[in-house]
Amino acid sequence: MFTETMLESIKKVEATRAARMGTEPRRMTAEEKSELLKQYHPDYRAEGFAEIKIGPNKGQKAPVELTRLLHSNSRLLNENINLENPAYDVDVLVIGGGGAGASAAIEAHEAGANVMIVTKLRIGDANTMMAEGGIQAADKPNDSPVQHYLDAFGGGHFAARPELLRRLVMEAPDAIRWLNKLGVMFDKDEDGTMVTTHGGGTSRKRMHACKDYSGAEIMRTVRDEVLNRQIPVVEFTSAVELIKDDKGQVAGAVLLNMETGDYMVAKAKTVIIATGGAGRLHYQGFPTSNHYGATADGLILGYRAGAPLLYQDTIQYHPTGVAYPSQIFGALVTEKVRSIGAMLVNKDGEAYAHPLETRDVSASAIIRECANGKGVDTPMGSGVWLDTPMIELLHGEGTIEKRIPAMLRMYLNYGIDMRKVPILVYPTLHYQNGGLEIGGEGYTKAIPNLLVAGEAVGGIHGRNRLMGNSLLDIIVFGRNAGKAAAAKAKEVTLGKPNLDHVQAYAKELEAAGLKEDSVSPLLLPKYARHEK
Amino acid sequence: MEKLVNVYFFGKRYQVPADLTIMTAMEYAGYTLTRGCGCRHGFCGACATIYRIKGCNELKTCLACQTQVQEGMYIASIPFFPTDKRAYEIEDLKPNQQVMMELYPEIYSCIGCNACTKACTQSLNVMQYIAYAQRGELEKCAEESFDCVSCGCCSVRCPAEISHPMVGLLARRLTGKYIAPESKHLTERVGEINRGEYDQLIEAIMQKPITEMQELYNTRDIEK
Repeated sequence: MFTETMLESIKKVEATRAARMGTEPRRMTAEEKSELLKQYHPDYRAEGFAEIKIGPNKGQKAPVELTRLLHSNSRLLNENINLENPAYDVDVLVIGGGGAGASAAIEAHEAGANVMIVTKLRIGDANTMMAEGGIQAADKPNDSPVQHYLDAFGGGHFAARPELLRRLVMEAPDAIRWLNKLGVMFDKDEDGTMVTTHGGGTSRKRMHACKDYSGAEIMRTVRDEVLNRQIPVVEFTSAVELIKDDKGQVAGAVLLNMETGDYMVAKAKTVIIATGGAGRLHYQGFPTSNHYGATADGLILGYRAGAPLLYQDTIQYHPTGVAYPSQIFGALVTEKVRSIGAMLVNKDGEAYAHPLETRDVSASAIIRECANGKGVDTPMGSGVWLDTPMIELLHGEGTIEKRIPAMLRMYLNYGIDMRKVPILVYPTLHYQNGGLEIGGEGYTKAIPNLLVAGEAVGGIHGRNRLMGNSLLDIIVFGRNAGKAAAAKAKEVTLGKPNLDHVQAYAKELEAAGLKEDSVSPLLLPKYARHEK
Repeated sequence: MEKLVNVYFFGKRYQVPADLTIMTAMEYAGYTLTRGCGCRHGFCGACATIYRIKGCNELKTCLACQTQVQEGMYIASIPFFPTDKRAYEIEDLKPNQQVMMELYPEIYSCIGCNACTKACTQSLNVMQYIAYAQRGELEKCAEESFDCVSCGCCSVRCPAEISHPMVGLLARRLTGKYIAPESKHLTERVGEINRGEYDQLIEAIMQKPITEMQELYNTRDIEK
């Protein structure tokens, strides 16, 4: 399966393995990290970004592809939608059927609200389902929420909003407890102690996991709970625009049936945007580990309705995406592979960096190795080795099948046995660090009854996110948003619904001289050959 | 010149590059996917697919995103299959054999044909986990079914009309909630936080100036 060049390089990796086994590469100093990021992290490539010309973040930078969508008009601009005859009328409308949306719906339902979920694919078609490595919580005796705060704040370059980060770390143990109570099967020892490991940038072993199906196990459990509660889930239906009222509140959303093309109206007293990430926008041409629907829709809806973004110019590239074979190019190789002992090694068999630096640093170091001729050539570019046979040398035969079965299976499909040979990796577009800005209660800054949860939020993690803090944030902020929305719905009285903000946005675009021929939100990436 | 192969989507022939997956081959052929496409990396089960190679009798099932095309593949996607999930209140259940009898009695109609196992896109021993469920061995059922992505290929092929993914899911929830031992350190930490034992500490660190935080972060001890 490997090319001749790859096989040659594998020999060098094998030759240095024994000597590397007992060592731990030095961690970089703060100065070294800062210099590396400036030189090699994609966030520092000026050509990948453009200036936002209108709206609350006017004058700031965003990825070129996101800016184009922000500079596009609504697909409803010339549609005549009857807002007075809604197909649905609810207290809480949750847009998005991932981990955040499902958690929000469960809590809103628990609080007695009439809640529904709309999602453009199926419930569970979300990045949550694909999260592999784990979820953080400081619940061991040698750990504390304060230590968790320090790790996340430093790892995020001291840019996280303290109020949001405080909630993340303080409510983490309860999030795990809640999931466990719903029936999530965490990896535990026989006495019930959680099996926890390090992630990049953690100072305590606080990564809880469900093998390497952590997100899938969480998602299928919360999905099952949503279905048991018989919360309405309208699938294959996108929210394409928020509806506002004459008091400046949101009043629901216009929905598009993805299969028939019909528009419908959902009226709601509170709306929760839980639409997830943006990997399928393929910033700077990167492949992505994200699911098919990760196209930043919620950011567009919120922004057009007047809600500001935060840190929209910072993106997470997961250091270890699949570099080879082409069929799984860009797929995630969980950080857990490194947590349990695999080193990153260049084509000469040299462990050029500590395997558990933070993701932005680790990704930059891989890009550096490849840029300097230390990568292994592949048909799609290049990559470095992740020395997976080390895992079983360290922890015994059978460890890979037990701890990272999804990874083993994914590679075995293509004849690569990671227990015996190393695998080739290169950074893949993984996470949007930024998103819509919220306060501690989950509400957007500009609109009093619009909430955001999950990856669509900006500011929880700052300018880089640690492994295991995203599965955590969707649960913590999803639950909180559901509770808050249910309570808020009791006091909201809606005025006359309108789509005036769509017209106003069009005028702003025109005044700024912007004439994109596309409409947004994108909804699905254009992958059919004739659309590319 | 890249190598092309002939594949047949719903009976219609297309020539596609040989290194594509079934999913990317459909897109190469011009399909804009809405149904039958989810995570694209083998975790969500949206792209259940059934195929037969021209000239072979055997029917195979797979995930379109995880399977490379082959010459002569006759391909039909199964974007939805009406598996039968029973609604229940997890708080009211007890982790025993009775639960399976009540919620999924059709598992006792299994005729042991093993078509489910043969159809599993994750190579799980599906018939075995159904047998565990029949005997009320929920923990074993949970373990054996753990890697299930609910694509539903097992249920498509089952003559006893069992919704296998739903059975495994119930066993896992019962195991996670009732059978797996309690994590005492977790319960204790939640209690400490609820009693406000970390409130002052967290407030204090939130107030620290950035320079002090940088110092703390850069010099923090890291557990071995």
